[in-house]
Amino acid sequence: MEKAQKAFALGIVITIGAFLILTVNSIEPFGTFPLRQIGGETENSVGQLYLENAPQQTGAANVVTSIVWGYRGYDTLGESTVLFTAVVGVMMVFRILRRNE
Amino acid sequence: MAGMTVIVRTASRLLFPFIFLFGVYVVFHGHLTPGGGFPGGVIIAASVVMLILAYGIERAQERVSFLSAEVLDTIGSATIAIIGLLGILLGTFFLQNVFSLGELGRLFSGGNFLPLYIGVGVKVAGGILLIFYAMLFASWGEKK
Repeated sequence: MEKAQKAFALGIVITIGAFLILTVNSIEPFGTFPLRQIGGETENSVGQLYLENAPQQTGAANVVTSIVWGYRGYDTLGESTVLFTAVVGVMMVFRILRRNE
Repeated sequence: MAGMTVIVRTASRLLFPFIFLFGVYVVFHGHLTPGGGFPGGVIIAASVVMLILAYGIERAQERVSFLSAEVLDTIGSATIAIIGLLGILLGTFFLQNVFSLGELGRLFSGGNFLPLYIGVGVKVAGGILLIFYAMLFASWGEKK
């Protein structure tokens, strides 16, 4: 039983490892932007578009900021809500721990 | 929770303003240099946590109490929501940039990015402090 489990786990590890190694082959060389493929055509990725237009459109010198609050504002609002929820959860857990002492 | 030795107290007292100022700098220059509200808020919270570790919980509570950390967390969230609603009030979309963009690279540029980052920084600083306080009170059992 135990040997079969170990063999099964080893098989999974080898399969995932083979997939990862095959994926590394298809990654673009360092410093090049990946191209977006729509249908049969390839064009510049959305990252290139942000890099070229972000400073003029949002007025922020830091492109990361212009994506975080300019193009993806709702996402960041949700992110800060996640932190708020985490704080509320921690407070709740530790209050219950104190009450049980 | 008693404080630490004189050496640690003196070093942390001397270092506190600089670490706090660095956190404020990271928050205010979030739209110009790498950084922003989240890392800046964590640096501000870490400077207060250092004071708590060096001086003990009683002395730190005089400066930033449990309640004021809660208030900071709430004020930060409210700031983000109000700036977002400002866009709706002025006739555009939620979180739309309604202020003037300003000159690229100056402190007052990027419209609503600076107030949003200040809100996030205040919120993260209050939230991290709250988590630290909650864990501290649970293990020491002296809530005030």
